[in-house]
Amino acid sequence: MTSKMILEVKDFSLGYTAANNQLVSVLRNVSLQIKKGEAIGLVGESGCGKSTLALAMMAFLRSGSQVQSGEIRYHGDNLFEKSEKKLAKLRGGMIGLIPQNAGQSLTPTMKIRAQLFEALQLHSDVPRNQWQQRAIELLKQVRLPAPEAMLDRYPHQLSGGQQQRVAIAMALAGSPDLLVLDEPTTGLDVTTQAHILELLGNLRAELGMTMVFVSHDLGAVARISDRIAVMYAGEIIELGSCADVLRTPAHPYTRGLLGSIPRLDQTGLPPSLPGYPPKVGSVKQGCAFAPRCKHAKEHCVSANAPVIARDSHQVRCHLADELPDTGSNVTVLKPVPRTTDEALLDIQKLQISYHKPGLWEQLRGTEPPVATVDDIDLLLKRGETLALVGESGSGKSTIMRSISGIQPPRQGKIKLLNESLNEPVEKRDSQLKRRVQMIFQNPDASLNPRHTVAEILQQPLKLYYGLDVQACRQRAAELLNLVRLAPHYLDRMPGQLSGGEKQRVAIARCFAGDPELILCDEVTSALDVSVQAAVLKLLKELQQDKGVTYLFIAHDLAVVKAIADQVAVLYQGRLCQVGPVDEVFNGYHHPYTQALLNAVLEPDPDHVPQLSGDDASEQHPPAQGCAYQRRCPMATRMCAEWTPPWQEDGHNHIRCHYTLRELERGDEEAQLIRFANA
Amino acid sequence: MTAITANTTLPEVQKQSRWKQVWKNMRRSPAGMIGLFVLCAHLIIAVLAPYIAPHDWTLQNGYIMLQAPSTEYWFGTDNMGRDLFSRTLMGGREAIMVTLLGTLLAIVWGGLAGITLGFVGGKVDEWLMRIVDALLAIPWLLFLLLIIALTGQQSWTLILTLGFFYGIAVIRVVRGATLEYVPRDFVVAAKTRGESRLTIVVKELLPNVLDALLVEAAMRWAWMLLAFSSLSFLGFGVVPPTPDWGLMIADTRGMISIAPWAVMFPALALSTLIISINLTADSFAKAIGLDRAKAPV
Amino acid sequence: MFKLILQRLGLAVFTLFTVCVLVFGVTEALPGDVCTAYLGRDAQGTRLENCRQARNLDQPALQRFADWGKGVLQGDLGTSLKRDKPINDLVATRMRNTAVLGLGAALIGIPLAIFLGVLAALRRDRTPDMVISGSSIFAMTIPEFVTATVLIYVFAIQLQWFPAVTTVRHNAPLEQLIPNIILPMITLALVMMAHILRMIRSAMIDVMAGDFVQMARLKGVPYWRIVFLHALPSAMLPAINIIALTIAWLLGGVVIIEQVFNYPGIGTLMIRAIYDRDLPLVQAIALILAAVYVACNLLADLSSLALNPRLRSAR
Repeated sequence: MTSKMILEVKDFSLGYTAANNQLVSVLRNVSLQIKKGEAIGLVGESGCGKSTLALAMMAFLRSGSQVQSGEIRYHGDNLFEKSEKKLAKLRGGMIGLIPQNAGQSLTPTMKIRAQLFEALQLHSDVPRNQWQQRAIELLKQVRLPAPEAMLDRYPHQLSGGQQQRVAIAMALAGSPDLLVLDEPTTGLDVTTQAHILELLGNLRAELGMTMVFVSHDLGAVARISDRIAVMYAGEIIELGSCADVLRTPAHPYTRGLLGSIPRLDQTGLPPSLPGYPPKVGSVKQGCAFAPRCKHAKEHCVSANAPVIARDSHQVRCHLADELPDTGSNVTVLKPVPRTTDEALLDIQKLQISYHKPGLWEQLRGTEPPVATVDDIDLLLKRGETLALVGESGSGKSTIMRSISGIQPPRQGKIKLLNESLNEPVEKRDSQLKRRVQMIFQNPDASLNPRHTVAEILQQPLKLYYGLDVQACRQRAAELLNLVRLAPHYLDRMPGQLSGGEKQRVAIARCFAGDPELILCDEVTSALDVSVQAAVLKLLKELQQDKGVTYLFIAHDLAVVKAIADQVAVLYQGRLCQVGPVDEVFNGYHHPYTQALLNAVLEPDPDHVPQLSGDDASEQHPPAQGCAYQRRCPMATRMCAEWTPPWQEDGHNHIRCHYTLRELERGDEEAQLIRFANA
Repeated sequence: MTAITANTTLPEVQKQSRWKQVWKNMRRSPAGMIGLFVLCAHLIIAVLAPYIAPHDWTLQNGYIMLQAPSTEYWFGTDNMGRDLFSRTLMGGREAIMVTLLGTLLAIVWGGLAGITLGFVGGKVDEWLMRIVDALLAIPWLLFLLLIIALTGQQSWTLILTLGFFYGIAVIRVVRGATLEYVPRDFVVAAKTRGESRLTIVVKELLPNVLDALLVEAAMRWAWMLLAFSSLSFLGFGVVPPTPDWGLMIADTRGMISIAPWAVMFPALALSTLIISINLTADSFAKAIGLDRAKAPV
Repeated sequence: MFKLILQRLGLAVFTLFTVCVLVFGVTEALPGDVCTAYLGRDAQGTRLENCRQARNLDQPALQRFADWGKGVLQGDLGTSLKRDKPINDLVATRMRNTAVLGLGAALIGIPLAIFLGVLAALRRDRTPDMVISGSSIFAMTIPEFVTATVLIYVFAIQLQWFPAVTTVRHNAPLEQLIPNIILPMITLALVMMAHILRMIRSAMIDVMAGDFVQMARLKGVPYWRIVFLHALPSAMLPAINIIALTIAWLLGGVVIIEQVFNYPGIGTLMIRAIYDRDLPLVQAIALILAAVYVACNLLADLSSLALNPRLRSAR
């Protein structure tokens, strides 16, 4: 048995010394056995210790950390007893790492060639004169186009997906038998993510490597892993085969987590887990999940939970045998939409450009570069939610900045009822400013770290209503109540709040002005899944109470499905498809919508994303024709020359040269039709 | 909703906690505490010097020139027979006063200009920064000397010129710190909310830039003391017979082989003052989470 | 890339021009003129008239600025009032002396400072760092004239290894100058090192905490290779510009050091020119020192271009 074991984590605990000189545990009594050739997924929310565990598998401890108990054995040898020299040989050699953010993990001052050669020099027997050849082979293996040219580039000259591929090539250079992947697809666009996962799957099949895949995304883990270990507050709380954990989760946390993930095939909001994950090291005794668990009993709080195993499915829960087998059946909340027919926001022929012509260009009258966002028509009714969907660079944020008045449009009209929003924010009158508010993606950045919550909430109150300090405090407490926070939060600093609480404060601040239109910029993407559902629910409830209208930006289509009424799909600042959520997702698709939908990952072992088109990233929209022409698998010459017409199916509008029927039949057939016609 | 508003009269807590924390962090660094102690001692002496000096610091006495330290003259006497102890006690007053005022001026004008430039940005910022860079290129010592040579050695000339020149360096630092915060979402949020520019600068930016500004002030002060004593050393600072450390060193350094104490005591006093400012600034910067060594000159 | 270099050159020229305007402007704006300042109490009657005529002071300021600028462009810095000699002759050998002093200090100081800074960063908060950072604070904060005086007392008076003050003339051949140069060079190098090593230390600490350094360790790259190949180039980047600025500020220090050691360089000449209120000479020296500063900055810009691929590919 042990001969087949490649890595064995035995009762491993790890702690770091906190500011007050106390040892705080990050990992507690973790045990895990990894067999040769298998892929194991480590999932959990931020702060659960999954990355720490992954790095410990390479005997790497962050400074100030120390092993409290237990050991990690690689091929039977305790990693923490090896000398620094032997470890250096192992790391990057037999044990390879693929980092989370390849862009920051590649040395910025060294060319790709130098970094690949270094890996070959240190960790392979390839003679010096064959490095070049081997490096090109490696780059080909990770499906990078033009590998020779790639060698002469610096990391910053590559796109995110390319950087990630280079990082994979570098790990492969040492021909590892164990590959540790630390959130390898986080931060990448959905289509890129699907491509990278596909590549990793293929590599595993080709090279038979053992993989440890760390991610917060159950969908990504489901694609790669044979087994899944779910972590919570430094413990593995559930471990089992991919199918077992995802289909019949046993731990209440796993059930709650799986339930709170929005899915494409559901309508309405997923139920949320109450509360927030505990701070690192704050749990010393008892089950860490007990405070959030609806089944929790007294002994859950007082005693550490035992590990209960059913065959190969292990659960760390007192109640594992008592809980009903509900599987992952979830009750979905379906809020009744309260839309009206009054058109609140009307955008016509909107064009935005970041390019400011210099004096010289004005004099010479040179043609300005293609606008970042062009030809946008959108209509938003009061009480409705419209989601802008697209990958990075699709212009969603630009449109939002334009509506909020930080980046005034170059052409076109933005109207809120009868008033123009074309003016920059400084020129709008106070009432108009009040009626349009914005919530930002990252509450860490959108709340001033030097202000208390009271001061944060008091700013809009002072600005719009001129309230005095005492009245502000009263009203601020009411606002906190609105977002389900207790009034004692008023005197906290943002640094003392968790991510979900901060976002609630940001929401409260936005509602301080009683707005009509709220711009939500990826408001949940910086939050943990279990917290995300609660914030989405809050937003929906507030909408029902106050009748506000949301313009929502999201890259996660399942989130969009859960919260939006209308969807607009954007590519490179141009609209591809607009319509009601159900019709866009279930009816006819624009090829780009299709690509996005295909790339969606679901926490389901049977779900396989399909790749359509490539994931090459583009810097500028094309000067003429369809915006998607360069990546579209069905593109013809016509697409490059003519701007496609709008086609309608009910309320579902698609901008494409192909007829709706052709689109339904898919690419190959459509190309044949085109070919025959031409 | 209204039920909860009843208990809003909670005690205002944790507002001061940050500075308490900073003080706690500072107390952990022995170098910083020594620095702070020496600095305070210097300041107290400077204030009390006229009352505690045992002898008249301007009285020349030809009979007791260059005497070694004794029970009567603790630090000995200088080449004009003046009591070095009294002169050393008095020697920092002018320097400290001029440089403190100069620093204040530099911080206020440099800080305001820096935040404004950083916030306004764009072409205005770009061009004004070029001029700032050009101003930095002027050899400061030469310029100071030139102005002093032409206008005479009054304290206010020194304060104004020192304050002006050091303010230029402050602009760079504060603008850099501001630029770090301007793109942050909380500033964007304030803009979209429609706050006035003044509110954004004062309420949103200033509290965040304050750390850098405070450290900068301490640092400027030390540098300015260095510059002031250099001017005095060259004979362009304090007008004799007012005692000043730089001038005292310049006067007696020729006699260092026969009367090393005459150089040693003022040199010690000057050095300990500047070092103590630096140690304090260093530990303060560390305590508030800024690395001082990163700040440009 | 080429465009970027041109841009930097243009900026340097712009800076120099601004300095010219300022230096000329200040002497114009302050009360009196070149002649009254120079002659002081004797500024009356025929002496003043003669002086003013010789200097073309009856012409408008703009005209004189243009003439002066034209001269500077042709390499002619004008004539000194006091010495009645072309400034070029006065300045040339003294520039050489100061250049030898400054370059010598830089050649010893900068590499040593980088090495010590890296060492302090790697042994952060341990004994080597305490010693290096601690002494750097002393070297940085003690005024140059105090350091110089102490060095003179120890090495010239007590140990008698080097001469206390320079006694050779400004135009003496280099080999006569060398023994005189050592103490001033050490003083200058000490101050310079202190500043630079602090910059390097903090930049290095930042970079060593970065993602790519951690990744390099997890790729099994040996420690010293990480330090010098992966981390140092990135750490040098923020440091370079600050080093250039520091060096420029230290030009003031050079003046003091030369004065203490009576070293016949540009600094001593400058002090004397100011004592004499010889404004044309002062203007010329100000221009020269500003040019040195601009050259330092330009060098820093170019080296960060060489080190930073991001800057190079940005157009």
